[in-house]
Amino acid sequence: MTDMSAPSSGKTSLLRLDARTKKRNAAERRFRAYGAICVGIAVVALVVLMASILKNGTSAFFQTHITLDIELLESKLDKTGNRDIAEMSKVSTFGYAPLIKNAMEAKIEELGVDIEGLKKPQDMISKEAAAQLRRFVLANPDVVGGTYEFEFLASGRIDGYFKGRVTMESAERDKNVSPQQLMLADAMKEEGSLNTSFNWKFITWPDASENRPEAAGLGVAIIGSFYMMIVVLVLALPIGVAASIYLEEFAPKNWFTDLIEVNISNLAAVPSIVFGILGLAIFINFAGLPQSAPIVGGLVLTLMTLPTIIIATRASLKAVPPSIREAALGVGASKMQTVFHHVLPLAAPGILTGTIIGLAQALGETAPLLLIGMVAFVREYPSGPPEGFFDPAAALPVQVYNWTQRADPAFVERASGAIIVLLVFLLVMNLVAIILRRRFERRW
Amino acid sequence: MAIWLLVLIVLAMGFAGFVLGRKRALNAVGGNIRNLHSLPSYYGQTVFIFAIVPAFLLMICWLILEPFYIESRVSGMIDPTEIADGSSTSLVMSDVRRISSGLDTAVDRGVLREGDLDGMRNDLDTLRARLGDVGVAVGSDIKQSVFLAAQEYRSIGATLRGVMSGVVLLLSIAAAAWAFLRLTPEFRARNVTEAAIKVLLILASSVAVMTTIGIVMSLIFETSNFFKMYPLSEFLFSTTWNPQFRGGSDLGILPLLWGTLYVSFVALLVAVPVGLFSAIYLAEYATKRVRTFAKPVIEILAGIPTIVYGLFALITVGPLLRDYFAQPLGLGASSSSVMTAGLVMGIMLIPFVSSLSDDIINAVPQSMRDGSYGLGATQSETVRQVIIPAALPGIIGAILLAASRAIGETMIVVLGAGAAAKLSLNPFEAMTTITVKIVSQLTGDTEFASPETLVAFALGLSLFVVTLGLNVLALWIVRRYREQYE
Repeated sequence: MTDMSAPSSGKTSLLRLDARTKKRNAAERRFRAYGAICVGIAVVALVVLMASILKNGTSAFFQTHITLDIELLESKLDKTGNRDIAEMSKVSTFGYAPLIKNAMEAKIEELGVDIEGLKKPQDMISKEAAAQLRRFVLANPDVVGGTYEFEFLASGRIDGYFKGRVTMESAERDKNVSPQQLMLADAMKEEGSLNTSFNWKFITWPDASENRPEAAGLGVAIIGSFYMMIVVLVLALPIGVAASIYLEEFAPKNWFTDLIEVNISNLAAVPSIVFGILGLAIFINFAGLPQSAPIVGGLVLTLMTLPTIIIATRASLKAVPPSIREAALGVGASKMQTVFHHVLPLAAPGILTGTIIGLAQALGETAPLLLIGMVAFVREYPSGPPEGFFDPAAALPVQVYNWTQRADPAFVERASGAIIVLLVFLLVMNLVAIILRRRFERRW
Repeated sequence: MAIWLLVLIVLAMGFAGFVLGRKRALNAVGGNIRNLHSLPSYYGQTVFIFAIVPAFLLMICWLILEPFYIESRVSGMIDPTEIADGSSTSLVMSDVRRISSGLDTAVDRGVLREGDLDGMRNDLDTLRARLGDVGVAVGSDIKQSVFLAAQEYRSIGATLRGVMSGVVLLLSIAAAAWAFLRLTPEFRARNVTEAAIKVLLILASSVAVMTTIGIVMSLIFETSNFFKMYPLSEFLFSTTWNPQFRGGSDLGILPLLWGTLYVSFVALLVAVPVGLFSAIYLAEYATKRVRTFAKPVIEILAGIPTIVYGLFALITVGPLLRDYFAQPLGLGASSSSVMTAGLVMGIMLIPFVSSLSDDIINAVPQSMRDGSYGLGATQSETVRQVIIPAALPGIIGAILLAASRAIGETMIVVLGAGAAAKLSLNPFEAMTTITVKIVSQLTGDTEFASPETLVAFALGLSLFVVTLGLNVLALWIVRRYREQYE
């Protein structure tokens, strides 16, 4: 910096800045501003990301329902009249659709509205409604002949109208909904037979097919993800802790331990999709485990999570001061007793925190699960453990991907809603980890 | 016997062995444990380990080897002339496996009875439908020989399972008894247990090695199958990617590689300056309050699952770029584009670059800063001319790690970059990457005999090699050029 220290003009003053100093100070301010702007960009990116997801997804938690009085006609549902379940279950959902149509027409009459050109008002109700009726009737055969009040899901388009996704103009061009139906929906809302309420079904119901987005839920995906997390926890925690103990406390310095160390750091950097290929080739094609099963997903995620857990565990084992080990050895404990009786309990909070963070990572992982068949359309809830681990299931992040691949724009809302659920789980897990760290962390 | 039941029984025997072993040790010295070599529970643990470890090891080996044995026995039953064109023995065998497991489920659920199966030889048409009822889809009509093979498969499988249960239980009892009978007060129970535990620890730490071997083996095995069907030179140098499931596909990696590198380049263009400047600002300028707020916020970006970024690209960034940049500039009308995926991936990579660089900048000793200030340099001059050169190897390492992350990233490009393989310079055009094609070739109904499916393994191997190479290079640079202070 010799060139800078030379004064530029003959007279210099400490009180008045010369041109070069001004330039240098300006450069300093600019540099500093770049830094602040970049931090700002990162923060703004996070805010925009969250805002976009929240804006698109919150409406998934609300759902428009239509309340109708359905007359369960004996002539349609139970022609013989002897309430024989086997006989009645022969009536498919098509047999129930006319009942809904009748009820809808009765409702229009009761409302006294006259909308010109109104066609197929029953399409305002989800196609799921007939199945819902059928389930109810088959569960309680004695209701046939009576009139009961039901709360049905409104169809995706009607629901979208009250969420601002569908407008009168877009309905003109849409063959699934007409402006007249929207007018009727307005009238019904005024009267109170159509209302919007919190949508528990979004969390508990299974996925639904392409043309009934209003009935699609996350139930199967949440169970599938939960099963996978159990598998990961049961396998990755003991294996990871055992591996770290060996590497940190026992391993001699030789080619084998070097190999293991290099492998662990490389596994942490292998792209997640490669783990999916591994799962497909080894667990499904070679070992013959079923596709789409949580056990396979869990195994793949276990291998992915191991490096995270090992790195966290080794860090917390390393943080236990050597004086503890020396004291234990000094009173006659064996090396193994020292580790298991003294070092491991002291390192436990750190291990637990690392494990939770590893689990949170595994919960959000999508790419490997796509390859092992978790994208399949699964409507049945998997059974309880242990058989449930081998049943087909979905997973939360894969469900998001699935919904983005469908044509109906209502699924975009569902996908964003599912992301919110996923992020809530992640937030809770990370908060637990932070609280554990705050509560139990020890500085030596 | 179901496997979980067997596992439970062996575990129960292990616990019984623990109690008995402990008691035997105590009885041998009349309750005075000072005369024992080890604490009493170590004697119990010895018996426990002998009861379960050999038994479980045998069980695992058996379960791995069993399918090969059965397959070699059964595949002889299928007449090679009966295999249809375009099919192969392995495909027929997978049918056999599927049918036999389907029969098992059907019997379990009571749809079929064991007795029915023998009389079913002439009634195979209904079998397919019945298997469909229990959720087992069989591609073609079931042939006589295939059905018989499936039946044989089941019966050998059942016999072997029975034999295995017996052998495992016997081994467990025998090993436990052997250990139990050797328990004397002088027996070095603690040393035996600790040696056994140490072996288990070593086994656990070699899981990482086995995973790597598994990855490499599975990739290489299927890739070599692929290159038997498709020439290597075409794969590496062909500029068209056009898979056709009827055969005659062009499977050149170049357009995919171009897309991958282009998206990664855009991502790094975003992430490196932003990440680096953030790291410098946080390390050198920020007050403690700003630091405690901004650092975790940036770190949150790293904890967000990539599917979230993918959705963000799909529903927000993509349409935004299309409506305000691509269309007004006349550069394209696609919402998924290199720019979309690159920008969003850049956001994802900011914390990688920034937190790694932050650590490295903080590792530069304060004395170097002080020296620079002492010579009259401003803070930014110090950063540019002293700190960055000192931290350069580490920063380059961080950038290379971010690049390897970008190349291997899947969900953002699946949702944001598009599916059309193109060699184009226009960043607002949809292009595709290696990872996108791995996903699209391996999801859905896949047959492991066509080059269109197997190419995914070749792509996976390329991806693995490239990312591994970048990582090794990054580590090497950091190690080789790291300045050692003090």
